[in-house]
Amino acid sequence: MSDHQHDHAHAHAHDHGDHAHPPHGEDAHAPVDDLDSYDPESLLMEQALRELLIEQGVFTAEDIQRQIDLTESRTPALGAQVVARAWVDPAFRAALLADARPALESAFGLDLANTPELTVLENTADLHHVVCCTLCSCYPRNILGIPPAWYKSREYRSRVVIEPRAVLREFGTELPAGREITVVDSTADMRYLVIPLRPAGTEGWDEERLAALVTRDSMVGVAQALAP
Amino acid sequence: MTKGVHDIGGDPAGPIERAEHARTLFDQRVDAMLRLLAHPQKGYFTVDAMRRSIESLDPRDYHGLAYYERWVRAVRQLAIERGLVGAAALEQRMAAIAAAREGRS
Repeated sequence: MSDHQHDHAHAHAHDHGDHAHPPHGEDAHAPVDDLDSYDPESLLMEQALRELLIEQGVFTAEDIQRQIDLTESRTPALGAQVVARAWVDPAFRAALLADARPALESAFGLDLANTPELTVLENTADLHHVVCCTLCSCYPRNILGIPPAWYKSREYRSRVVIEPRAVLREFGTELPAGREITVVDSTADMRYLVIPLRPAGTEGWDEERLAALVTRDSMVGVAQALAP
Repeated sequence: MTKGVHDIGGDPAGPIERAEHARTLFDQRVDAMLRLLAHPQKGYFTVDAMRRSIESLDPRDYHGLAYYERWVRAVRQLAIERGLVGAAALEQRMAAIAAAREGRS
């Protein structure tokens, strides 16, 4: 099984995106090959695991690429559309708050069958929500994409549950003193998405215009939606 | 009960670093491997098993390695536990890849 010729062929075959695939040129999420900071052992381990699991028939090189493409296709832009719809469509908002996944599947044509439970939390003038995962990095990836590095950091995970107001201030978010903050801690089985308060002065705006005010950070709860 | 290495909610910590690092192809591939292996319909292992594997990393690795470097070690551990790859075969393959890279440079 570890015939050297064979290893070598594999290393090449799977190293350079050997099938039709759109170039990632203008994509802001395009991968970079800046691996200098990684332990060389990690890189060897990844390649060896991938090759062996492909050889064992556990998955194919195409499966890997498809999974990467699916992951990269989910970005906060999708979440912003969801929030904008919730702001303008009370029936959708009610459905989303009651049971998020079926509401999202029917309104946005997503397949969320094999994804964790999702709870949508609505900010109000009295109550603000902040999402974290103290134990690891659980995040509503199917709606917002990959979490930002700070979300996974030791500092955010440690502090946001005990001093959310101070953490929000670091993000430039100052909430009125009377507004209660609830911090929700995600798990492998339960993810959260925040509907930020709709900014004043956006009466009559359509969904597309509204969506441009909805940032990733506002859907995690460390910021508010942008002012118009 | 001793607190796990991952159980840091409420611990004192410094300011939050908000710089983003672009994802590398290595990051994307490790992420994809986990998603494929932990897919409920494949059932090779669960996300909970993955967490247990990450949480049982040596504290030096847990805090010292980059995010997806922790993940690749956890995937390795689970792939061996589940009999998907042999520990020795993996070692051999890593050595062969290292030797091939050495030969090219």
